[in-house]
Order: sequence, then C-alpha cells, then structure tokens
Amino acid sequence: MYEVASTYVSKEHQEFLKSVKRKNIMVRVTQLAILVIFFGLWEIAARYKIIDPFLVSQPSRMLKTMLTLNQNGTLLMHIWVTLSETVVGFTLGTVAGMFIAILLWWSDFLSQVAEPYLVVLNSLPKIALGPIFIVWMGNGEAPIITMALAISLIVTIISLATGFKEVDEEKIKLLKTFGATKMQILTKCVLPASVPTIMSAIKINIGLSWVGVITGEFLVSKAGLGYLIVYGGQIFKLDMVMTSVLILSILSALMYVFIVYLEKKLIRWR
Amino acid sequence: MDNVMVSLKNVSFKYHTLEGETEALNDISFDVYEGEFVGVIGPSGCGKSTLLSIISGLLKPSRGSVEVNGKIGYMLQRDHLFEWRTIWQNAILGLEIQKKLTEESRSYVKDLLKKYGLWEFRNYYPNQLSGGMRQRAALIRTLALKPDILLLDEAFSALDYQTKLAISDEVYKILKNEQKTAVIVTHDISEAIAMCNRIVVLSKRPAYVKRIYEIILTSDDYSPIGRRKAPEFREYFNSIWKELDIHV
Ligand SMILES: Nc1ncnc2c1ncn2[C@@H]1O[C@H](COP(=O)(O)OP(=O)(O)OP(=O)(O)O)[C@@H](O)[C@H]1O
Ligand SMILES: [Mg+2]
Repeated sequence: MYEVASTYVSKEHQEFLKSVKRKNIMVRVTQLAILVIFFGLWEIAARYKIIDPFLVSQPSRMLKTMLTLNQNGTLLMHIWVTLSETVVGFTLGTVAGMFIAILLWWSDFLSQVAEPYLVVLNSLPKIALGPIFIVWMGNGEAPIITMALAISLIVTIISLATGFKEVDEEKIKLLKTFGATKMQILTKCVLPASVPTIMSAIKINIGLSWVGVITGEFLVSKAGLGYLIVYGGQIFKLDMVMTSVLILSILSALMYVFIVYLEKKLIRWR
Repeated sequence: MDNVMVSLKNVSFKYHTLEGETEALNDISFDVYEGEFVGVIGPSGCGKSTLLSIISGLLKPSRGSVEVNGKIGYMLQRDHLFEWRTIWQNAILGLEIQKKLTEESRSYVKDLLKKYGLWEFRNYYPNQLSGGMRQRAALIRTLALKPDILLLDEAFSALDYQTKLAISDEVYKILKNEQKTAVIVTHDISEAIAMCNRIVVLSKRPAYVKRIYEIILTSDDYSPIGRRKAPEFREYFNSIWKELDIHV
C-alpha cells in the first residue's frame, strides 16, 4: 500500500537537504555577483574613459537620469503608460484568443474554415500593420494596444486550439459515459486539462505584448518607455535610452515572475 | 435471477472513416441476466470495446437492436482519473455531471471510499496513488452512480500480474457485494473463467459469436482465486484456447 510520508527525517536525508540548500544559496550568490560585477565594471570603465559614457552611458548617470526624470513626476507617468498598455494588450490577447480557440474547438466546421486564414495571419509580420492602425486610430494609445493585440492574438489562438484538440479522447469518452453535455466536456475536462498549455501561452503572450507595445510606441506615441527610448535616441541622450531599457527589463521580469507564481498556484497536482 | 438486463439481437456495426468502412461487429446476439457475470473474450481488435460502447449507448448499432433494463456503469480500458482532481473529486465526477450531488450521494461515496480503503487518500492526487488504488478509485467513481449493470473493458490489463489477481478478486467481491450484473471484456482466458458465469467467445473482426460457454466450477471457494483451483478450470481453459484459434 501507499506509504504516507512520515515526519521522521533520517540523518542522511538531513544531510541531503542541507547540501541542496547550500547549492541553492550558491546559485543565488553567484547570480547577484554577476549583476554587481557587470554594473561595477561598466561604471569603472566609463569613469576612466575606457568606454565612452556618451555612447554607452554609465550606471551612476542612469541613476541620476532616473532621479531627474522622477523629480517632475514624468518617469512614473511613462512607466504607467507603457505598463497599462501592455497589461491591456496582454489581457485582450489572452481572453480573446482563448474565446476564439474555444469556438474553434466547439465547431469543427469553423476550425476547418479558419485554418488557412490563421496560417496566413500567423506568418504575416504584424509590424507591417502599424501604419494602418495609426491611420485608422490616430496617435493615442489605441493603435499601440492594437499592435500588442495583433502580435499576440494569432499565436494564442493557434497554440490553444491545438492544445484543446490534443486532450485525451478517452477522457472525453469517459465523460460521455456519464452523459455529459458539450459544455460540461469543455469545463470539466478540456479546460482544466489544458491549464499547462494555457499557462505557457500566457508566458509567451507577455513577451509578445511587450514587443507589440514598444514597437507601437516607436511608431507613434507621446509617452511611455518606448517613447523615451526613441526620443532619447533622437537627441543623443543615451542615458535616457539605457535607463528606459533597464526599467523595461525589470518590469517584464516582474510580470513574468508573477505569472510563474500564478502557475504554481493553479497546477498543484503536478 | 431470470430478469434479462441486456439483450442484443442481431447487432452489427460498421465504422465509417475517409479511408473506408471497418466492419467491427457481425450479427451478435446474446442476453445477460440479472446478477450474472458475462465474460466477452476474443482476439485483439475484434470489436470488444465497440460492443461495450454499443451496450452503453455511446454508439448506435448499424443493424439489430439493443435492449437494456437498468442503469449502466462503464469502466474504460484505462482508469482515466483526472490528474488535476483529487481522489474525492474524481469519485464524485459522475454525480457532478449528472447533477446528482446531494447530501445522500456524498455520504454514499464516502462509505464506498471508506469500505474500500481509499478514505485516507481522498485528498491525494491520482499520480500519488498505486495502480491498484487508482483502479479502485475508478470503480468507486462508476459505483457512485449506483449502476445496475457494469461494463468492464479490460479494467485490469494495465496492472502487473499479482496486483491484477488481487484487484480482480477484490472487484469481484465488491460487485457481488453490491449485487451488480457485469459484462467483463478481457483477453485473459483465466481471468474470464475465474470471474464469469458465462463466456462469450468472439471471432476475429468482424466479430460474430463463436460459442457461449456456461462455466460451472465445483469449488467451495467462490472467489476468483479460489475458482482458479477448481478441477474443471483446465478443461475450460484448453477448450476456449482452441476456440479462440490463435496462431502465432
Ligand atoms: N473510432 C473508430 N473509427 C474507425 N475504426 C475504429 C474506431 N474504433 C475502433 N475501430 C476499429 O474497429 C475494430 C474494433 O475495435 P475495438 O476497439 O472494438 O476492438 P477491441 O476488441 O476492443 O480491441 P482491443 O483488444 O485492442 O482492445 C478495430 O479494427 C479498430 O481498428
Ligand atoms: Mg478494446
């Protein structure tokens, strides 16, 4: 019979746990060290003019830029603009993609009709649509969000629809032996069985939404981190560009960590 | 004992696919009486699972008629426990689908889990359980709906030999205990003789009924393991083996 894990921990096992812990700490320390050394070398090299701080900036100058940008309150505003555009684009892409994927799973006819269109839309470089969105929607946030949506939507539909179709046919047969309706098959089996697929689609989506939003801001914008990057580049203020890129990488990493945390909560049975 | 629970009359079935049609069943007729365990045995791919799907109503026969008197519980070839649900949530799945989750049905499932040694594991996920326990959980999920007739499709074939003997013994007791009628599909001749009152031997695909054996064993012990020790066991085995006509 199955043994319930006992609370007693042998000496050997304690040793094992300790060594695992030690290794984890070493990994963290090394990761931190790399970061510190990287920025340290950068700072020193720029200070002693080994590299030209005008072209590659310098951590201390980035910090100063951050503070000055923050003083008049504009930095937070720029962050907020980009972050909100990304979250909205991402949410729209995920929700709409999920909804359409469910429709395609529901109706085999629809799925067959849609296939060639999905293939074409998927291979089209969505950035090419940028100017069209701008003409249609003006130069506000709408074309930027639409850009993020355009980039993430089709991939979401395709990966989710494929995932839904790969759910074990026999599991569905089991539900049918209980007399389940199509709706019940969807909610009791197809969706929960696809949680891992959905999570990986979401992870990909986050990255794509950032790409979409920043590209959108490059093309047209009056605010946002993408705007700061383009603007900084145009007036040759590399400090501003580097600072924005740094903030961007921290934001996207935080968002990713949040999703991984969510995933752990959702997939307890693994 | 003489109520007919399942009656098949001249049942034929064809699968239609783009590659062509596959004739799976050809003119099958037999009855299953109340309280009886009927074994269905036949070569691999002959149409045994198809036959159960027809009895359960998942498939409609191309020709012939099926009459069923009672509620059916169907155990598929593998346990198909949902890995994202706990054992308890799996056990009540059928009740949930049929919207029969009541105080009463819950306590019935609770009793079953207790009776068959899974209550302590109710909050475990399926991949934390052994094959035998999973099989029992799947059986409880089926029994939760209080079926009169159980269809077992090689329910034990995924288990190792010893577990299989133990579990089939156990399932036999459970089903007899709950006074169920059963149709048991297997390709294991000994298992069929040990568990069944009658055995329907099917031919190669398209399956027709080659012969129906009435199994009468002189044994004091009525468990499947006990029945295996009966003197007639070998004779039945040899005869069915010949009837199956398996050439390697
Ligand atoms: N959905 C289907 N579409 C087309 N052909 C099918 C389908 N399901 C089964 N068949 C074919 O029908 C025949 C009978 O299948 P079935 O699964 O009933 O056999 P079986 O006796 O249960 O086999 P096994 O011993 O392997 O479990 C096989 O030749 C199979 O290829
Ligand atoms: Mg089969």
